[in-house]
Amino acid sequence: MLKTEELTLNMGPVHPSTHGVYRCVLTLNGEYIQNAVNHIGYLHRGLEKLAESRTYNQFIPYTDRLDYCSGLANEMAYVLAVEKLMGIENEIPERAQYLRVICAELQRLASHGICVGSFALDIAGSTGFFYSFRDRDRALELINMIGGNRLTPNFMRIGGVAHDLDEYFLNELNQFCDDLPACFDEYEGLLAGNEILQTRSKGVSVVSKEMALDYGFTGPNARASGIDTDLRRDEPYGIYDRFDFKVPVLQNGDTYDRFVIRVMEMRESVKIIQQAIKDMPEGPVMAKVPKVIKPPVGEVYHRIENAKGHLGFHIVSDGSTKPYRTRIYSPTFVMLSAFPEMAKGTHIMDAVLILASIDIVLGEVDR
Amino acid sequence: MKFFIDLANSMRAGIEGMGASATTAEIILTAITTLAVVIFILLHVVVLLLAERRLSAMFQLRLGPNRLGPLGIGQVIADVVKTLGKEDIIPAGADKFVFKLASTTLFATALLAWAVIPFGNGMIIQDLNIGIFYFIAIGSTATISVVMGGWASNNKYALIGGMRGVAQMISYEIPMVFSLLGVVMLTGSMKMSDIVAAQENMWFIIPQFIAFFIYYVAATAEINRAPFDLPEGEQELVAGYFIEYSGIRWALFMMAEYANMVAVSAIAVTMFLGGWNAPFGLTFIPGIVWFLIKLYLMLFTFFWVRWTFPRLRVDHLMHFGWKFMIPVSLANIVVTGIGIYVYRMITG
Repeated sequence: MLKTEELTLNMGPVHPSTHGVYRCVLTLNGEYIQNAVNHIGYLHRGLEKLAESRTYNQFIPYTDRLDYCSGLANEMAYVLAVEKLMGIENEIPERAQYLRVICAELQRLASHGICVGSFALDIAGSTGFFYSFRDRDRALELINMIGGNRLTPNFMRIGGVAHDLDEYFLNELNQFCDDLPACFDEYEGLLAGNEILQTRSKGVSVVSKEMALDYGFTGPNARASGIDTDLRRDEPYGIYDRFDFKVPVLQNGDTYDRFVIRVMEMRESVKIIQQAIKDMPEGPVMAKVPKVIKPPVGEVYHRIENAKGHLGFHIVSDGSTKPYRTRIYSPTFVMLSAFPEMAKGTHIMDAVLILASIDIVLGEVDR
Repeated sequence: MKFFIDLANSMRAGIEGMGASATTAEIILTAITTLAVVIFILLHVVVLLLAERRLSAMFQLRLGPNRLGPLGIGQVIADVVKTLGKEDIIPAGADKFVFKLASTTLFATALLAWAVIPFGNGMIIQDLNIGIFYFIAIGSTATISVVMGGWASNNKYALIGGMRGVAQMISYEIPMVFSLLGVVMLTGSMKMSDIVAAQENMWFIIPQFIAFFIYYVAATAEINRAPFDLPEGEQELVAGYFIEYSGIRWALFMMAEYANMVAVSAIAVTMFLGGWNAPFGLTFIPGIVWFLIKLYLMLFTFFWVRWTFPRLRVDHLMHFGWKFMIPVSLANIVVTGIGIYVYRMITG
């Protein structure tokens, strides 16, 4: 017999497919993964600690840097938590509520666009990447119109939104929503319908319903494993109970389902945006909140359905202008912790694909 | 086409007129034609570099390099200057001799294959009796360079890439050879000029359609082009077997890839698409022009495939090679053999 030994391969933190500064030590038997060990923390900026020395309003821009692919949704989670703490969640003007929903869903489109694009790139179909990023870029341009920044818009405020959005923006958004379904058909034709992609991702790294629940999967990854959960429908925050949308649920829990479900969710997001534009009333966009925000003593936990899962903020107030403690529940941190088990026994080429299908953003994992 | 042959003949006469023997004249002339072909290949590489970048941009809704000169032609010069100017880094733990050798040998094999490619009637460096056999033999030596590069780099990614390269290139050589056998059986000769001459009335792509398909797929795998670029494996192996190379050594790997791509396309044109023969009796256009048109059509399909398909996984690749390509190519040989036998029985 030939003497063989396992190969330890250090993947990252500088590697094209680790989606940021994530490092993974793989033990390989040939090219099959025996063991994978996560190493995170390369992007740790101490955001939770920073929150303690910033006023409530000052922390809003920092939430953009959490999951930098879905800045507006992070802001929404944070301001909703603070409003709940202050007890003013029913005083938010209607128009602001609608604008928030539009922002969050637009951001979901941009975030899922990254997932679809990077999945295509990690399977070496770089044309799919450009198709997806073409549409994501239009979404980012719209976000740029909203807040003046493509990734870090800083648009939400405690009590409403920073300013009203004009007719021009809404027309552009409408046009965007009209164009998108044809683009999704393109993704499904070029990527999901591709034979090579299907053989490479179907049945690979199956996450069973039990395993997904054990690990605490949320968002699209949980829904791909057959867990019918969506906070927008189950515990509606804001005005999500007014919209008519489906929650796509797939049963296989493999890499392919985790990819396809994102395209399905994008279709639903488009519907929500279209309904919101149609129903949006005129009116103020900011509630009457004091200049200096001093929530009463107490604590609050609020979570929303972010593009990648449940994003939760736990804020403890001591009655001063700054929170006593802010804790961020990050969905991708939870799901990344399942990566070693998901990758075990798979081929190294699939490990890259699995990582792409979980859709991690290291800004949120490390916080 | 007559022009080049007349030129060669007059040069031969000139050299002999200076008092050299016929052998010396032949040697000098071969050297000159070889130089001409090498320049032709290098020009091709340069053109293809730009073409690939522009075409991939078209496929991907981008613009591509379009700033330097008309259509971005200056980009090619900038690329060459850049790669020449880069530092030649050799990793500390590398096997220096093999490391340096690998890039050179790979490019050398890519060039050697051109010795038997006919550009036009009589325009071939060496019209060997075993022309296609020579091409296959030279092509298979590229495998050694890949594993040399992967092994000598002393890098785990490079090692995995090199190993993948060996497994893939050896597996796909077999169906490639088998697919070419069908043509050789029809012609009864391995001489390139005979094969092209036999296609004067009907290109071999018509009777040997399956062989052409198999050749195309196997050749794509043989030259490590996407979707079979597993040895490079950009996403998981970063750059595979040439991850540690930089500067001109890296450029040699890239040039070898393009030169190989042109070579397998030229072989496809010669074996299946009628070589220099003009279709529909359009003989007023010279043969070399037809050859180049067909060559560029083939190259375009290589680009098209590369920028459309995602990459296969290693085990799927092996399954496809051993369980589909080889049986089908064997069946093709059998069917061709029976066909030839029946044809001879009928025609007596």
